[in-house]
Amino acid sequence: MMIPDGIEDEDKWLTAGIAGLQQNAFYMHRALDTNNLKDALKYSAQMLSELRTSRLSPHKYYELYMRAFDELRKLEMFFREETKRGCSTIELYELVQHAGNILPRLYLLCTVGSVYIKSKEAPAKDVLKDLVEMCRGIQHPVRGLFLRSYLSQVTKDKLPDIGSEYEGDADTVMDALEFVLQNFTEMNKLWVRMQHQGPAREKDKREKERNELRDLVGKNLHVLSQIEGVDLEMYRDTVLPRVLEQVVNCKDELAQYYLMDCIIQVFPDEYHLQTLEILLSACPQLQPAVDIKTMLSRLMERLSNYAASSAEVLPEFFHVEAFAKLSNAIGQVIEAQVDMPIVGAVTLYSSLLTFSLHVHPDRLDYVDQILGACVGKLSGKGKLEDSKATKQIVTLLSAPLEKYNDIETVLKLSNYPRFMEYLDDGTNKVMANVIIQSILKNKTCISTADKVEALFELIKGLIKDLDENLDDEFDEEDFNEEQSSVARLIQMLYNDDPEEMLKIICTVKKHILSGGTKRLPFTVPPLIFNSLKLVRNLQGQDESVSGDESSANPKKLFQLLNQTIEALSTVPASELALRLYLQCAEAANDSDLEPVAYEFFTQAYILYEEEISDSKAQVTAIHLIIGTLQRMHIFGVENRDTLTHKATGYSAKLLKKPDQCRAVYACSHLFWVEDHENNKDGERVLFCLKRALRIANAAQQMANATRGSSGSVMLFIEILNKYLYFFEKGNSHITLDSIQGLIELITTEMQSETVTPDPAADAFFASTLRYIQFQKDKGGAVAEKYEPIK
Amino acid sequence: NYIIGAFKPACNISITFSDGKTRKQVPLKKENGQTAMVPLFQSQENIAGKISIEPVQGKKVEHNGIKIELLGQIEMYFDRGNFYDFTSLVRELDVPGEIYERKTYPFEFSTVEMPYETYNGVNVRLRYVLKVTISRGYAGSIVEYQDFMVRNYTPPPSINTSIKMEVGIEDCLHIEFEYNKSKYHLKDVIIGKIYFLLVRIKIKNMDLEIRRRESTGSGANTHVETETLAKFELMDGAPVRGESIPIRLFLSPYELTPTHRNINNKFSVKYYLNLVLVDEEDRRYFKQQEVTIYRLADTS
Repeated sequence: MMIPDGIEDEDKWLTAGIAGLQQNAFYMHRALDTNNLKDALKYSAQMLSELRTSRLSPHKYYELYMRAFDELRKLEMFFREETKRGCSTIELYELVQHAGNILPRLYLLCTVGSVYIKSKEAPAKDVLKDLVEMCRGIQHPVRGLFLRSYLSQVTKDKLPDIGSEYEGDADTVMDALEFVLQNFTEMNKLWVRMQHQGPAREKDKREKERNELRDLVGKNLHVLSQIEGVDLEMYRDTVLPRVLEQVVNCKDELAQYYLMDCIIQVFPDEYHLQTLEILLSACPQLQPAVDIKTMLSRLMERLSNYAASSAEVLPEFFHVEAFAKLSNAIGQVIEAQVDMPIVGAVTLYSSLLTFSLHVHPDRLDYVDQILGACVGKLSGKGKLEDSKATKQIVTLLSAPLEKYNDIETVLKLSNYPRFMEYLDDGTNKVMANVIIQSILKNKTCISTADKVEALFELIKGLIKDLDENLDDEFDEEDFNEEQSSVARLIQMLYNDDPEEMLKIICTVKKHILSGGTKRLPFTVPPLIFNSLKLVRNLQGQDESVSGDESSANPKKLFQLLNQTIEALSTVPASELALRLYLQCAEAANDSDLEPVAYEFFTQAYILYEEEISDSKAQVTAIHLIIGTLQRMHIFGVENRDTLTHKATGYSAKLLKKPDQCRAVYACSHLFWVEDHENNKDGERVLFCLKRALRIANAAQQMANATRGSSGSVMLFIEILNKYLYFFEKGNSHITLDSIQGLIELITTEMQSETVTPDPAADAFFASTLRYIQFQKDKGGAVAEKYEPIK
Repeated sequence: NYIIGAFKPACNISITFSDGKTRKQVPLKKENGQTAMVPLFQSQENIAGKISIEPVQGKKVEHNGIKIELLGQIEMYFDRGNFYDFTSLVRELDVPGEIYERKTYPFEFSTVEMPYETYNGVNVRLRYVLKVTISRGYAGSIVEYQDFMVRNYTPPPSINTSIKMEVGIEDCLHIEFEYNKSKYHLKDVIIGKIYFLLVRIKIKNMDLEIRRRESTGSGANTHVETETLAKFELMDGAPVRGESIPIRLFLSPYELTPTHRNINNKFSVKYYLNLVLVDEEDRRYFKQQEVTIYRLADTS
């Protein structure tokens, strides 16, 4: 035999083969056109002789085969017409067998055989039997496979199936079955044998070629599945045992894997369900290298989908104890295949889990059992290194979440958290993320401290650094995203019962405080706000259950809050802490707890003094302080004075003059709280504003001195607006004169040449004037008040 | 143009068979390579007909008597010119005299024993012929021949066992083959199978050949000629142990004759089935089996 030298030669041979085929096909057509049977047979046999080549790879051979196939269709039509013209089919059937070469002879025989069955001159089963027997003459794997696939192709619509027009007498389906099974068996033998032919060094290439041919073999199983007459009983008693026998006996891993997969894919789910035992019992008999896990996974996947397709089929699953059988089979396979990589076992368990979730959604114990078995397999191996396996575990663990959409159910699974210790940090994080996303997606409310405890145990990958190794590839963005999810999660924790809620808060606090400095800025705020929410709820209840000395009282909560915020100092995140203190102070204000509020303010001030040194941060902080303080109403005069005094003091000490100015005029509001008559001190308001004006002046002079131009008049306009505000609110210390003076001052300044033109300031001033005009035009008391302003 | 006239036979002789219109005609290959249609007879038949002699216009044929002979002859090509007449029958048709005009003589050979079939082989020919002789003195006799063919039919043999045999080369190849019969008629089908018991060589293909062995002469002068009449591929590719390959060979497309054993001590024709396996190095392994071929009467 020639060994192909390379692709180029192969192309050449294919071209030559096609040319030879076409030439003979041409003569054959001519014979067909002139109804010359003898020549038709002669040239068709010559044409088919091209298929005798051994030089082509299966791929190229297929090309040649397809061309011959097309030509044979024409010949078949001719044969059919020939029989109408009076040539008996049996005669034709003999005539084609005169061909000396076996391959063309058998192709022609199959072609006439097809006509023969169609003519119904003989029972289909006899013709089929003869054809499938005669095909034994081709022992060359590739040529045999193609010939038999041709046989299968031309006969598949002519099987003596039930209800088919070729149906024979008794046991007719059996005949059809027997034919397909035999053809399948022979094809599989040829296919398996292929690997042993040719030199050993080309083994890989041959295996590749074999793989290309597998569908020719698998097609038979497809044909089997299409036979109407094959009912469950026949499938169970005949088809499956016979096919499995062939699969097991061929002892070839490629074939076994492919064919098992084929069986699983082509036959109906309900058959699989009813024959699970038979199918599964074949698994341990397969070659050790066969990828049983993928196979079983696919089977379970199919069954899962089947179970999901309709609720009506579920009782059948219970009836045949599908879960027990599958679980058993998996156990056996894992036990038998000691070398199976861990990913294989996990995949199997994962599939079984999916199956169980679909079929027995109510059997949480099954789920736990599977998880237990899987984690048992993992134990004693340390952390998983195999990335594929960890990926599978994520799938495995995500499945119950997806199914139940409820973390609470999952938290009931005792084996679930056991997985975490076998996962590496990254996977732990991924898993935690999955869990959190599930909770967020489903808006699950986790309502007891125990559950929260369990949950945080699960997601500890995100809560704290598991290993001390500060990995190099630390991704800021990912980290932020993760921690933001955690923050969102914390907000999902809620219980109406304050006692329980308090417990939840304590639990969360315990966990997040151990989270390290990087996480606190993310995790503390939601906890604080969660607690504040509780405080507010308590206020609502206070009236109904007043005097109830429960542990969940605001005072206690505020202590907790204080401790929590203090933790931020280790970060340090003083700005954040300051904001939180202010929030708490405001909440304490609402709870009428003056000392607490004062304490929070004190903490905020301390932070301001000691930690916040950046001038921009100071500006922001001071405005926050002023804003919060302005809203506080529980402070007694003394406390209030202390705090406001401090605040004004801070304001005046800001670095930049404009900032000073703005802070100072903002302070004016501290002395004028609407709705609180005892908190209205017009004199001090004016004092603040005047001081602001002085600073603004100073700012402008400074600008003049340093840059030669006196900057913007913006500050003046802003102060004017404050004047107008307090004037309108009825502060008697704000006089029309002072307003008038300020307007003139601004107008002059704006006309001065040293001033840099500032369109924003112009617009602002114009609006302010327009406002005054508007008030004047209103008429009534307001207009009167404004009237004198020009 | 009298010269041509001088070489012309003095009369036309024609031989017709009395059932010539209805009798089956079969092709017969003549010495010059041309094929002529001749009537077909079998042993024990009556061969009857008419001879008509028509002198050339205006001439008379003087003769010493007219006779017709039925001859069965065996001709060996390497011994050219020598005929062995194994059958010779004579009928005198006329006493010496003169023929002036067309004259017709009926003749008949009844239940003629013709034990051998007409045969055209490589080295030998067996033929049947009617020979009409008009004996003349000095001018030489006028002779006319008419060939005819004889085929003899055999009833199906009462004993027809199958041929079954296990052959092989030790530790290399063991096969068992079976042909369903040992005697086949000319339109028969050989059914059988080859079962591979052991295969350690790489077989490329397997053919079944039909071989004809014609032996002529006897003793030291025996000439044996073997022809392969059919080469029929049975298998393509290398089988493994346990495979069985079917045989179905229709004999009708091939030009076979019945087996002839020791015809008049002059020649024999025997048939063999030769099973040939060819390995990838083109080495041939074969096993030859004699089969008997016989002629079965057409039932149709």
